[in-house]
Amino acid sequence: MPVKVMIPTPLRQFADKQESVHLEAGTVGDALSALTSQFSDLKRHLYSDDGRLRSFVNVYVNDEDIRYLQREKTAVQQGDTISIVPSIAGGAKA
Amino acid sequence: MLILKQSLFEQIQAHGARDYPSECCGALLGQDSGTDRTVLGLVPLANQREDSPSNRFEITSEDVRLAEKAASDKGWELIGWYHSHPDSPARPSEFDREQAWPWYSYIIFRVEKAEPQEMRSWRLKDDRASYDEEGIEYIAGAPA
Repeated sequence: MPVKVMIPTPLRQFADKQESVHLEAGTVGDALSALTSQFSDLKRHLYSDDGRLRSFVNVYVNDEDIRYLQREKTAVQQGDTISIVPSIAGGAKA
Repeated sequence: MLILKQSLFEQIQAHGARDYPSECCGALLGQDSGTDRTVLGLVPLANQREDSPSNRFEITSEDVRLAEKAASDKGWELIGWYHSHPDSPARPSEFDREQAWPWYSYIIFRVEKAEPQEMRSWRLKDDRASYDEEGIEYIAGAPA
């Protein structure tokens, strides 16, 4: 299914400065896999070393958070928009 | 170089003093010329880490979207974030590094016993291993 993936501003430098990318995918996981295959430098910013999406990386399908759907197994339909949205965290002491 | 108006610098400091001993946080709105960044406005935000606000902060994706809209409504960009380190140095902790995004400017400032102290700005390197410090140039002027 052709879907659109919206790239957040801080990651556009690793995706040829594109705001969005069109990909073929059946699930959110497929789309993110295709995205990081096409733009390999994105991978370290989206995934931790154990291969899981980083906690501050939020993914929405048409404005619905995939944590409330089937996470990366969430199916996507033709024309869906997948958005990667940052959350921001930190703190003084490790 | 991050260019910061004195009035905005004072607003950030006041936020840190007001929220002490919790960490304060907010968004930096402005323009990126490719070489320099100019902060033109702020969006002070609530620290969502209620369990440990004195050494942690969190800004939800919903608040990130609000800050992006506030920037685009003015024809600006969301160029970074600020947060305070109560009674701790104005440099990124290991926890900061693990959570950081590239590209954004991260202003960190120390608040010692409710008194704002030094302010520094940092940008995560593309390999995520460490930060580059970004100089801050303070200029006179009121918010745009």
